[in-house]
Amino acid sequence: MDWSWLVVQDVMPKMLAGLVITIQATFGGAILAYALGLLLAILKMSKNKPLAFSVYWSSEFVRRTPLLVQLYFLFYVLPDFGIFLEPMTAGIIGLGLHFSTYTSEVFRAGIENVPKGQWEAAKSLNYTPYKTMRYVILPQAIPPMIPPLANYLITMFKETPLLSAITVVELFNSASIYSNSNYKYLEPMTLVGVFFLLVSIPAAIIANRLEQKYKPEKVR
Amino acid sequence: MNKIIEFQDVSKSFGSLQVLENLNMHVNSGEKLALIGPSGSGKTTILRILMTLEKIDGGVVKVDGDYLWHQKIGDKLEPASEKHLHKMRKNICMVFQQFNLFPHLTVLNNIVQPQILIKGVDKVDASNKAEELLALVGLEGKESHYPHQLSGGQQQRVAIARALAMDPKIMLFDEVTSALDPELVEEVLSVLRQLAENTNTTMLTVTHEMNFARDFADRVLFFEHGRIIESGPPDIMFTNPKESRTRDFLKNFIGGI
Repeated sequence: MDWSWLVVQDVMPKMLAGLVITIQATFGGAILAYALGLLLAILKMSKNKPLAFSVYWSSEFVRRTPLLVQLYFLFYVLPDFGIFLEPMTAGIIGLGLHFSTYTSEVFRAGIENVPKGQWEAAKSLNYTPYKTMRYVILPQAIPPMIPPLANYLITMFKETPLLSAITVVELFNSASIYSNSNYKYLEPMTLVGVFFLLVSIPAAIIANRLEQKYKPEKVR
Repeated sequence: MNKIIEFQDVSKSFGSLQVLENLNMHVNSGEKLALIGPSGSGKTTILRILMTLEKIDGGVVKVDGDYLWHQKIGDKLEPASEKHLHKMRKNICMVFQQFNLFPHLTVLNNIVQPQILIKGVDKVDASNKAEELLALVGLEGKESHYPHQLSGGQQQRVAIARALAMDPKIMLFDEVTSALDPELVEEVLSVLRQLAENTNTTMLTVTHEMNFARDFADRVLFFEHGRIIESGPPDIMFTNPKESRTRDFLKNFIGGI
């Protein structure tokens, strides 16, 4: 089989459009995963034991089941209950929900690493629980969380081809559709790999830098 | 004299360890009180109860005439809501053994932020007050430093300034020099002595520095196993205590007195 630049030329515009969708899905999912993850982390640490317990187990449930199944559920099963989601919406919710269970562990560990004395000082100054979290705890907890959160962003990016299962025409699916209709697999699939590498290698380098930057525990 | 703090039959246990046993005590408004005694005798627990960091198991605590850990609903005493505790904490502030400054904020902002967020002071007034207080504790020029750039003694003085900025009626000092290198202890104690002399704020200090307790306090309470063994003015407590247990305890510090 010979490499054909004509095929490359032909498929490229479709794949660039797919790449845009991939990036949108990644960032959409990441924003949801971070916001929801922080919320889950706070709920898991709640003093209300039944609440903390049920949040913990539901997030374990989501974490221990495959993302692909969850995507099917959101897109193909929910309509049976009268809930119809656009493919992209379902994809972002699926990615965000699934990865929020991972990021919530990052947030929880980060928050728990802030010394107890900080909570007590805030209470002594009469900070409300909200102000304590917002102005005292999170500003100290977030910097060390940045490297693992950046790594989850890269992982989410690499998981986006799963969205092709629910008809999202992201990078992989755009290539796949072309391949299946033209019986040309070499160029499109090679390009998919190249595109993923082009994004994820620089991203990994940035994540590594962040890790170096935030790694040494600052002297207190 | 007006009693600003009252403990009535207060009990507190940690698991099976009873730290306070039917404790009754009071503190007069403006009084400077030193709590002394062996480790684990419940002194720090008293401060932590007042700061609402530890709940009580039995009895009642009153601060400024109002119940601290309870609130009256009709005729009944109910456990205090978070809202009630928030209201009660307005009058009280604590300085900790480990300073607990906010490491992500500059010295100035450590003192400014709580004023803005909690007391609703505007930024200019809050900064002016912070500068004034930093001068009071001898730390002019350190405004833009971060806590980790300061010595322990300096950090503790910032923590004292931060507490003062809240204008509490009651200040609690929990072994504020115990985490310091010996040569840094005096700079913190002299700030406290100066405060004790020049303010009407009610102050409670838990300390192992007996010389300081003598200078600082109007009254000294000696604790053992969660009970007050003896209390009195420092002149009497340190020179002529009635109880043999007080004498035994103070013997260990005789070199320092």
